[in-house]
Amino acid sequence: MPFEVSDLAELDAPEQEYLWTLNFGPQHPATHTTLRLILTLDGEKVVNAVPHIGYLHSGFEKLGEHLDFNQYVTIVDRMNYISPLHNEISWHHAVEKLLGIEITPRCKYLRTILAELMRIQDHLLNTGTCALDLGGFTAFLYFFQQRELIYDIVETASGQRFHTSYTRVGGVAFDVNNAWVDKVRSFIKGFAAVHAEVHRLLTRNRIFIERVQGIGYLSAEDCINWGVTGPLARASGVLRDLRKDEPYLAYADLDFKVIASKGGDCYARYLVRMQEMVESIKIIEQCIENIPEGPVNVDAGSKAVIPAKPSVYRSIEGLIQHFEVLMPNRGFPTPKEEIYAATESPNGELGYYIVGDGSPRSYRARTRPPSYIHFAVFPQIIKNHQLSDVVAVLGSLNIIAAELDR
Amino acid sequence: MSTEETLQQKFPAAGLTFSQFRDNRRIVVPAESLQPLLAFMKQDLGFDMLAELTAVDYLEYEGATDRFGVVYVVVNTKTGERLIIKTFVNDPDPVLPSVYSLWKSADWLEREVYDMFGIKFSGHPDLRRILTPDEFSAYPLRKDYPLKGRGERHNFPVITRADS
Repeated sequence: MPFEVSDLAELDAPEQEYLWTLNFGPQHPATHTTLRLILTLDGEKVVNAVPHIGYLHSGFEKLGEHLDFNQYVTIVDRMNYISPLHNEISWHHAVEKLLGIEITPRCKYLRTILAELMRIQDHLLNTGTCALDLGGFTAFLYFFQQRELIYDIVETASGQRFHTSYTRVGGVAFDVNNAWVDKVRSFIKGFAAVHAEVHRLLTRNRIFIERVQGIGYLSAEDCINWGVTGPLARASGVLRDLRKDEPYLAYADLDFKVIASKGGDCYARYLVRMQEMVESIKIIEQCIENIPEGPVNVDAGSKAVIPAKPSVYRSIEGLIQHFEVLMPNRGFPTPKEEIYAATESPNGELGYYIVGDGSPRSYRARTRPPSYIHFAVFPQIIKNHQLSDVVAVLGSLNIIAAELDR
Repeated sequence: MSTEETLQQKFPAAGLTFSQFRDNRRIVVPAESLQPLLAFMKQDLGFDMLAELTAVDYLEYEGATDRFGVVYVVVNTKTGERLIIKTFVNDPDPVLPSVYSLWKSADWLEREVYDMFGIKFSGHPDLRRILTPDEFSAYPLRKDYPLKGRGERHNFPVITRADS
């Protein structure tokens, strides 16, 4: 029997569902780590996005309750692994605040330099991969080469390229030497040229601009209401930078600007990050020539500090102190208090809420991860964008899954 | 007039306790006064950012009388003022009012506290587990969560290749 059109009309088909669902991640090159989004699409337009997170949840905060203040630094390293040293600095900043330890001026400057190197490292990767995901491979390679130089600097100081575990309660594991200072100097010298080159590659590149301008807009009110901090908030015109608002380390002595923009889109975030790198270089320049002489760790008389190795090997007091700090059943006393301390990490406000119960372990070690707060905004800002913009917005938010899920 | 004095004047009967440790200014508030206090701070005192919301399980804490402490860190972005508000809830049914209507950032932060501690937030639009899978039955950051044993993974249904 020949087929007739009238047969179709009588079919009892369910109503046509024209929205379709796309599973984005958890393993997708543009998500960089394990993020998963369930996107509802109308053609190529994103109608709804539901993030599913937790693929990398590994109980870091529970571990924090069972490792002591020095051991846990190896775990905080692995949270935001794009700028690992900054997590360490942040963590020990909070611990030292809880214990009431004032670190030495040399250590303050050293940590400031490292923190700013980490900020550059983070922004290098972020702007680089943002361009990479949008098809600009060259900028990524140029920037990654600079990251290698920062790895070298960090390796010279700590012996490790990546997960350094460099800071300790009351100081750092090893002091730096002149070779390290020279490496930082030569990095500063070479960086400006590469930065300018990438500026020429991307900032006025029509293809890049059309992919990022007007995409992923966040207003200043939304930023504040959603708790967004760091370069994202500053790109929306929120003038908030903990380095200025609540100065820590050596930032009070230094001359630098808070970079902000009124754009609020992915392009503004790119520009803010690019300019922040220049400011970070300025900070390092001021610090590197003025590192104060003197001890890098606080006086060993403070019971919380691991003594220097020569004193451990050559004096009975040093040996006793070494055992007191490092033996699992000994340890130093902590106040039975709670503290919240935050620093301006490359990604935003990185805070730690530590509850001390008298033992050398924290009773609760909560991390306030900027990625987690920022990713919550993602479903709002991606609505009514094209599918290809998902990658641009994800890139500009700088979501690090290890920090997101902890 | 400092924020603490304003709050004491506004809520004289609420039983607020003020304290300071290092630069942290803290207010302990009973759970029933939490919502009006935070709403007043947001709407009239300009604390427009909820920077942090977390919980602590005081089960094994020496001298603690309440089970859970829930901590809100609120920031006034105009003045840079930062205050820490803390409240306590207890078993068997720890519930607090959600502050999602005041600060959107409470959305995921409250979900995380629910996921990790089992503290419910009434009025939250979408209170699901966030970091652990939906089938997960325990609250891992509670102090009575066992650290040894076969683990939650063994309770999950097994999907074989045949029925996938």
